[in-house]
Amino acid sequence: MQFSFFHLMPYSAVNLEAIKHTAWINFSNSNYDPKKGHKLYNRYLDELEFADELGFDGICVNEHHQTAYGIMPQPSLLAGALSRRTENAKICILGRALPLTENPLSIAEEYAMIDNVTGGRLIAGFVRGIGCEYHSYMVNPANSLERFHEAHDLILQAWTQPGPTAFEGKHYRFQYVNMWPRPYQEPHPPIWIPSQGSAETKDWASHPDRKYTMLMTFSPINNVIRNMNAYAEKCEEYGYKCQPHQLGWALPLYVAETDEKAIEESREHIQNFFNKFVLAPTEYRMPPGYSSINSYKMILENKMKFREQFLSIEMLMDNGMFICGSPSTVAEKLEEYQEAMGYGNLVIMGQFATLDHEHTKKSMQMFSEEVMPKLRHIGVPTVAAAE
Amino acid sequence: MTSHKAEIITINGCDTEYLRGGKGPTLLFLHGAGGINGWAPYLDALAQGYDVIAPSHPGFGRSEDPDWLDSVSDMAFFYLDFMEYLELQDVHLIGNSLGGWIASEIVIRGDERIKSLTLASAAGINVVGVPMGDIFMWSNEEAARKIFFDQEIANQRIAASETMDEEQKDVQLKNYFTTGKLSWNPRFHNPDLSKWLHRIKVPTMIIWGENDEIFPAAYGEAYNALIPGSELRIIPECGHLPHQEKLEEFLDAVHSNTSKT
Repeated sequence: MQFSFFHLMPYSAVNLEAIKHTAWINFSNSNYDPKKGHKLYNRYLDELEFADELGFDGICVNEHHQTAYGIMPQPSLLAGALSRRTENAKICILGRALPLTENPLSIAEEYAMIDNVTGGRLIAGFVRGIGCEYHSYMVNPANSLERFHEAHDLILQAWTQPGPTAFEGKHYRFQYVNMWPRPYQEPHPPIWIPSQGSAETKDWASHPDRKYTMLMTFSPINNVIRNMNAYAEKCEEYGYKCQPHQLGWALPLYVAETDEKAIEESREHIQNFFNKFVLAPTEYRMPPGYSSINSYKMILENKMKFREQFLSIEMLMDNGMFICGSPSTVAEKLEEYQEAMGYGNLVIMGQFATLDHEHTKKSMQMFSEEVMPKLRHIGVPTVAAAE
Repeated sequence: MTSHKAEIITINGCDTEYLRGGKGPTLLFLHGAGGINGWAPYLDALAQGYDVIAPSHPGFGRSEDPDWLDSVSDMAFFYLDFMEYLELQDVHLIGNSLGGWIASEIVIRGDERIKSLTLASAAGINVVGVPMGDIFMWSNEEAARKIFFDQEIANQRIAASETMDEEQKDVQLKNYFTTGKLSWNPRFHNPDLSKWLHRIKVPTMIIWGENDEIFPAAYGEAYNALIPGSELRIIPECGHLPHQEKLEEFLDAVHSNTSKT
């Protein structure tokens, strides 16, 4: 099992009372204080660096725009800062939102630079960005999927084909694709696809030409299990056995001395996360064309209805969207779920919403010292597969 | 009710449904983002004096969503083909909202088949400093409240939307998706259109609800300033859909314009 520590970098200094309708798109930035932001950025970078010291295999950043949910609109900047201050951990950008940019080559360049500086410690995440970003960046959601695939193809071409080459797409066109630098890792950095588990994503990511890691993010456990199993089945259909590293699970997680203490210390913060920082009406999250009509209706029915109610820590723990407890409780749950879905990458969000620095560090340390060692041996490639 | 029929024809590979009814000069009605929802009272009223043709645009209603559809420009060329296919002549062209944008784009490309133009709360242009309402951020209920001045009509629409069957819901989503595709950015306009509106030479009537919260009445004034010889009628106590909210005033403006030809 490989363990990564993920940070959203929430603007935790926000006045929670001010978040009424949403924390996204048009939640005014007059609610942001740069002096507090300065402290938070540095605190959060300390936490990511601490994860490297603790022996996490990866440290992860990601991209969101115009929201108190996460103040990392340009994650490669922070990945660059981390690349010189960390020694061992992979630096995972999970990920840049490809369709949001008019020039995906800039993403190929950022990633290749970090890969060069770190001598091959980059994990390259590609996402479409959630629906809200399409309101903020005014990119047409109807083109989101097409642009994602085109941008991906362009980046891979830039990374793997000796330049100059031409790229002629519907949305992106270049006469001279000839990127300096080329990535450090051959043929290119590992690619992870954070996902909510659409069928199209599974088919595409698991294809033998790609075998990209599908990272299920912030989803109810039944959904995570169903999607990981479906991914593995798709691999079988393609004629190969899915390897544990191809399956990743990302979720908020908190460890304390006892189950009771863990719940007590995290309750307020995880409830703030799911009820305040995530808050956005359906129209914000689901702009027209972002998904197919059928997926749109399904998401509306399942996910949006679920999120209309107040989510208590008990509900979140019951449906596996949050794991919390003593080290042994947490290790047992993770092992049980690993058996059910076969993941080899666990990505924990160890800081969430308003959780303070001391508790974040305490939980991280306890996780790395008392949970990770118990699980190292599972979620590794089978001998047969290694052959 | 005037008798009418629904037909499907194939234009540029796209199965396209249109309703047709009434007798008189040809009138082509281009719907807005909400689509054509059956033979509505305003179509029936128009059919008293005209041969009314009301298509569902490609990507709307029961018409197909063709691969080639990317923009309102595609839509405008499609309707030039559509009129050619049906051999329509001397057409009184009416467009509401998104349909008004399409209508303007048709006429600047070629007015050989067009006799008059009526724009009702038309999208298509941008007035700097006068923000449009953002329909993509509104819930169904908010949208109904903002689209109609008369909140009683809004209440009826909200109640009706709660009893829609699956097919109606699918059509509503399809209309919403295609609207987004055509008008996301630049939002509900083509920056080039205002440069060429002087090419509109046919009699043009511009109808606007004084209380339009999507395109405020300043948009009507801007259209009126850009189209030579056009006439502007601003209807008091009226939202974004004058043909639904103030049918009499709407019909009066249409007749007044078509009788100029």
